[in-house]
Amino acid sequence: MTQKTILNATHRALGAKMVDFGGWDMPLNYGSQIEEHHQVRRDAGMFDVSHMTVVDLHGPRTREFLRHLLANSIDKLTKSGKALYSCMLNEKGGVIDDLIVYFLTEDFFRVVVNASTRDKDLAWIEKQAKAFEVKVTERGDLSMIAVQGPNAREKALGLLSADVRAKAAKLGKFVAVEGDGLFIARTGYTGEDGFEIIVPEANAVSLWNRLKDAGVAPAGLGARDTLRLEAGMNLYGQDMDEEITPWEAGLAWTVSLDEGRDFIGRKALEKQKSDGVKRVMVGLIMDDKGVLRHGQRVATPAGDGEILSGGFSPTIGKSIAFARVPAGSDQGLQADIRGRLVPVRVVKYPFVRDGQPCAGV
Amino acid sequence: MQEIPGDLKFMKSHEWARVEDKGTVTVGISDHAQSQLGDLVYVELPSLGDHVQAGNACAVVESVKAASDVYSPVSGEIVAINEALPDKPETINEDAFGEGWIFVVKPDNLAEEMEELLDPDAYVELIESEEH
Repeated sequence: MTQKTILNATHRALGAKMVDFGGWDMPLNYGSQIEEHHQVRRDAGMFDVSHMTVVDLHGPRTREFLRHLLANSIDKLTKSGKALYSCMLNEKGGVIDDLIVYFLTEDFFRVVVNASTRDKDLAWIEKQAKAFEVKVTERGDLSMIAVQGPNAREKALGLLSADVRAKAAKLGKFVAVEGDGLFIARTGYTGEDGFEIIVPEANAVSLWNRLKDAGVAPAGLGARDTLRLEAGMNLYGQDMDEEITPWEAGLAWTVSLDEGRDFIGRKALEKQKSDGVKRVMVGLIMDDKGVLRHGQRVATPAGDGEILSGGFSPTIGKSIAFARVPAGSDQGLQADIRGRLVPVRVVKYPFVRDGQPCAGV
Repeated sequence: MQEIPGDLKFMKSHEWARVEDKGTVTVGISDHAQSQLGDLVYVELPSLGDHVQAGNACAVVESVKAASDVYSPVSGEIVAINEALPDKPETINEDAFGEGWIFVVKPDNLAEEMEELLDPDAYVELIESEEH
């Protein structure tokens, strides 16, 4: 059955083209995906991300539990409100999901996981939590709106009461604060500054409308996808899954092999690292016309790889992609686009930063 | 949605065809098709002088969402291509039935092949049935 966020009727009234996304009826665009993309890069846009799953973890042993559950080190979080990006792995080191975890108090952490992986994530977290007596509560009563772009914070701050505004204005990157009934985090999935705002469902439509009145343009999941790809951010299911380890998905930076911490998947990761990682994720750009897309073959001198996330970059005006290729392949790569072999260049990502193409792109 | 000009005929695969006074056939994709594809970012045109068969793919339109073959509604020789499109593929989004034309065919067998195509009413019926 298709699920709907509380903003569904609002999207439809705005003329959104709706699509099924992981079982949710979500806006793909409200007219032009490319215009929405530019709006976020140049000014401010907002996304309904209420389909994402908010899970609260309560109990005195929650930090100990997260030490075990996550590949990144929860002990990097020492100040209330601070967030961490991490993978949650299976015993083989494969990625069950990627997530953001917020430290609120020693007996209360909040996790946000993907919508399409909700069921298996909850089952896994609950199973692992038992030994630590951590209470796992899905917060289906909460909605989430991501407000992103160089002017996003300023426009959102204008809607807050004076004291909450003062706190939110001072937030460092990857930190959250609560106030005015909102959970306001300086995080995002676009490479732009901004907030992700968690709001009780009953207030979500009014918040959306007030943001719109403040000049924040609605943007759909289409623009969200091209923005995050330009920003060099992975998408679960496309760039990694349960058969892929963080080493193979460009996520080594999120793995903390800190002394004496026995997290799920650690042994498999250590073994793969000492045996040598045979395939790696790289960023690609294509100077020829055409579009790199998920599943296309990538021919390299060392054997075939494949396109993971791929698409057209509105900021660069060319196609960009992530690909998984044999380790060491950095020259002579070609993408197989409907039988035509097209040269592609390996480049460092992010592809776009601060609204501009990065050097070398 | 752009209004459908009455002199167009359609393929079920959403190409339109217009018989011009001089007997050539101009081809594009429908406004419905461009709206389904989303923002177009790339158009691959046939070459002038190519001989195309009715129902065969001879151009590609690619959007932010997907690549899609464009089939020729009639057999014949390609006598014109819209050379503005590779640089401005969004023209098809803006004016699918006008400035967004893709190629022109000098047909071999016009009368017979045109009979296979849908008139605007039948095409509207088709897209409405696809939506439900």
